[in-house]
Amino acid sequence: MKKKSLMKGNMREMSMLIALVIIIVLFTILTKGILLRPMNIANLINQNAYVVILACGMLLCILTGGNIDLSVGSTVALVGAFAGTFIITWGWNPYLSIVLCLLIGIGLGAWQGFWIAYVGIPPFICTLSGMLVFRGITLLILNGLTLAPFPAAYTQLSTGFIPDIAPDGITLFGTKLNLLCLLVGVAIAVAYVALQIKNNATRKKKGYETEPLPSLLIKTVIICAAVIAVFWKLAQHKGIPTVLIILGILLLVYNFITQKTVMGRHLYAIGGNKKAAELSGVKTKKMMFLAYTNMSFIAAIAGLVFAARLNSASPVAGQSFEMDAIASCFIGGASAYGGTGTIGGALIGALIMGTLNNGMSIMGISSNTQQVVKGLVLLIAVAIDVLGKKNFNWKSLLNLGKKA
Amino acid sequence: MGKNILEMRNITKVFPGVKALDQVNIEVEEGEIHALCGENGAGKSTLMKVLSGIHPYGTYEGDIIYQGEECRFRNIKDSERKGIVIIHQELALVPYLSIAENMFLGNEQQKRRGVVDWDKTYSTCSKYLEMVGLHENPRTLIKDIGVGKQQLVEIAKALAKNVKLLILDEPTSSLNEQDAKNLLDMLIRFKGQGITSILISHKLNEISYCSDKITIIRDGHTIETLDKAVDDISESRIIKGMVGREMTNRFPQREHHIGDVSLEIRNWNVYHPQFTERKVVDNVSITLRKGEVVGISGLIGAGRTELCMSVFGRAYGNRISGELLLDGKPIQLHDIPTAIRHGIMYVTEDRKGDGLIVSDSIKHNISLARPAFISSRGVIDQDLEAIKGKEFSQELGVKTPTIEQLVGNLSGGNQQKVLLAKSLFAEPDILMLDEPTRGVDVGAKYEIYEIINKMVGDGKSVLMISSELPELLGMADRIYVMNEGHVVAELQNDGTVTQEEIMGYILRDSNRNIQ
Repeated sequence: MKKKSLMKGNMREMSMLIALVIIIVLFTILTKGILLRPMNIANLINQNAYVVILACGMLLCILTGGNIDLSVGSTVALVGAFAGTFIITWGWNPYLSIVLCLLIGIGLGAWQGFWIAYVGIPPFICTLSGMLVFRGITLLILNGLTLAPFPAAYTQLSTGFIPDIAPDGITLFGTKLNLLCLLVGVAIAVAYVALQIKNNATRKKKGYETEPLPSLLIKTVIICAAVIAVFWKLAQHKGIPTVLIILGILLLVYNFITQKTVMGRHLYAIGGNKKAAELSGVKTKKMMFLAYTNMSFIAAIAGLVFAARLNSASPVAGQSFEMDAIASCFIGGASAYGGTGTIGGALIGALIMGTLNNGMSIMGISSNTQQVVKGLVLLIAVAIDVLGKKNFNWKSLLNLGKKA
Repeated sequence: MGKNILEMRNITKVFPGVKALDQVNIEVEEGEIHALCGENGAGKSTLMKVLSGIHPYGTYEGDIIYQGEECRFRNIKDSERKGIVIIHQELALVPYLSIAENMFLGNEQQKRRGVVDWDKTYSTCSKYLEMVGLHENPRTLIKDIGVGKQQLVEIAKALAKNVKLLILDEPTSSLNEQDAKNLLDMLIRFKGQGITSILISHKLNEISYCSDKITIIRDGHTIETLDKAVDDISESRIIKGMVGREMTNRFPQREHHIGDVSLEIRNWNVYHPQFTERKVVDNVSITLRKGEVVGISGLIGAGRTELCMSVFGRAYGNRISGELLLDGKPIQLHDIPTAIRHGIMYVTEDRKGDGLIVSDSIKHNISLARPAFISSRGVIDQDLEAIKGKEFSQELGVKTPTIEQLVGNLSGGNQQKVLLAKSLFAEPDILMLDEPTRGVDVGAKYEIYEIINKMVGDGKSVLMISSELPELLGMADRIYVMNEGHVVAELQNDGTVTQEEIMGYILRDSNRNIQ
């Protein structure tokens, strides 16, 4: 019984994971294998880093009750503009500038969080205002022009790769491989297995319920295989992209916050029933403030990464990024009313969007058509979820046709 | 013998995994008030949903004979066209629309197809409001009138649909005794106008008061139909039918060990959060002792909930003044987390609206108010949480296969137990229970009383708000009577206090204010 309910809880994510695999296989065939070439995998990561980063922050906002942040695209551009001004125009130290830009991001978030949490402006309206204001300030700072290029020390952030420990790499099965990348891949897999064993041991020791062995084994094998496969591919190219490290850290941190901490539990509670959360001693205003402050902080990270990737600070950067982030969360199973959704789901959603983008680009499908496809995928993903619910009234849908 | 307006024959309704109704039979005579009794989950609501077409023809077995012909309702519109109207326990009114707009919602008075005739709407609305004795402007918004009046609007709405058979599901659950009596008297008046009523209620005194026949359902079976003219329809007789045994004692016994004063509220004043000039709690002083159950009686709007919530970390109200003494020491409770840390807990009367996160699991709900108990430095020990959740839900007798179950899938009584489990998890010394047995069946009520007894047995203090006087008389050691914001009487419940005495205090105080 327990196992069944656990499975059910993860149904949406499982079905989206299966959808992701199908999409990858489909595009691998359609692109005649180009999709999974080592260089393209590195590209895929670099191209979609910003969506995954933004989705981490957006999920927290959505959890609090389906609230979204429309201003993140503009925040990305504004932080890029600050970075450009500091580093290119004024020639400041890139690292100092990065820290400053992150602080600016927190400041922008605190501004929005204040109005939303403590004054009670609906998030949709407040962040719509932010979207216009931040974009406007970007245009003012940049005077409508693009600043370029950044120094190499800065662009490393997004387009660089971690240098290998062996200068010429190693050769295995006739292919030249990046040793560090391979080692990191293996290390992650080993660490994961060790963590599972340790968790299970402590559970047994304390007399807690343990996960059934077969499902645990299957899960562990699949995850380790996937990790090693990705790093094997990356090792054939230039190794670990710098941005993958940033992504990895963010995903781990936010997964931890949402799943294991009191703060995460409070976010879910507010989305589930705000009044009940309040009467249970959850400081709802403070949590809303934190969620939106965090969102702009995350947007600042995305802005820095994106500016480094473009190698310029552009006044039109980040347009419609908020929509990509929101779509990723919803495709990944977050509820439009709040209270449900996971970082893992948001990651899967972002990967689905990214793979669709990348695959269709390789096939030479125009960006106009791509938009149509992405829009429909969002609708279908959520529709599958609604239609798949046990209590969905199919009859009413059929009757609709009859009456008309 | 009059003519039957309705016969439901051998109704069987199966939900996945559960047989909700099994060969249920019911006959309702024209122009009578027919009560439907049974514990929560016995199948009363399901039966009424079958009748009104919410569960359409084809999803159940058996026949519905209404006014002499077999009916196959496909939806609620079909049954309403025949004059069968159901009023649900949770009122289906739109707060930001006017009384008139609500009354004709889905049944709009139209000039031409699709164009609303507002003059006709308002004048017809006034006519129906007159019939239910509600003196309000039809243009008043629903949100601006109280629950009792909203209930009357629902009934007027049913009249506007030309109702022949009126079904009321727990119509008095949120009404005070006076409003409830008015409503029942109205049903009796309707009988003269040829309107038949089916009344679902947990309040057995109301059923004895107004119904002509009583059909008792237990576990999806019809047990018996009692006729007022022939049978004994006392409360204990009905309870016997519902639970299948004589309940000689509706309130469990407890030993009284009353200790020192635990909480003292002195000169407490609270103003309304929106209408800041309105005083909702007026110079109230209350003491609470260890091991004591203290009841607060009063009508809706007496300021009982407002008193408790304002004490609970200022969860309600404006310009709160007064003193709080916990174990003799003055304390300030600025916010809810502080109140919870001081061992004070308030359990809301609205479990779905303000109490539980119905979209989340039992275990997450239980740990919500005191996550510090299952976490260290902000990180939750999920295994410990599961163990604690299981422990608490078992101790309180929550009937569920697993604590992963979503709270929304539980019955009302079980939800109430989860709400209590959640409050007890926070390890309170002082527990303020607001209508702890609302919408809960007789069996579950008894279990909740036992939980309360166990708590005071452990030396905790319970402050209990209840609109059911027998419950207060059965459970409380002392009773405060409140009216219009202030305490009008403090009674030692030594067995001599009667319901009439309490109502007397309230009515005399109300009269004093009028003069």
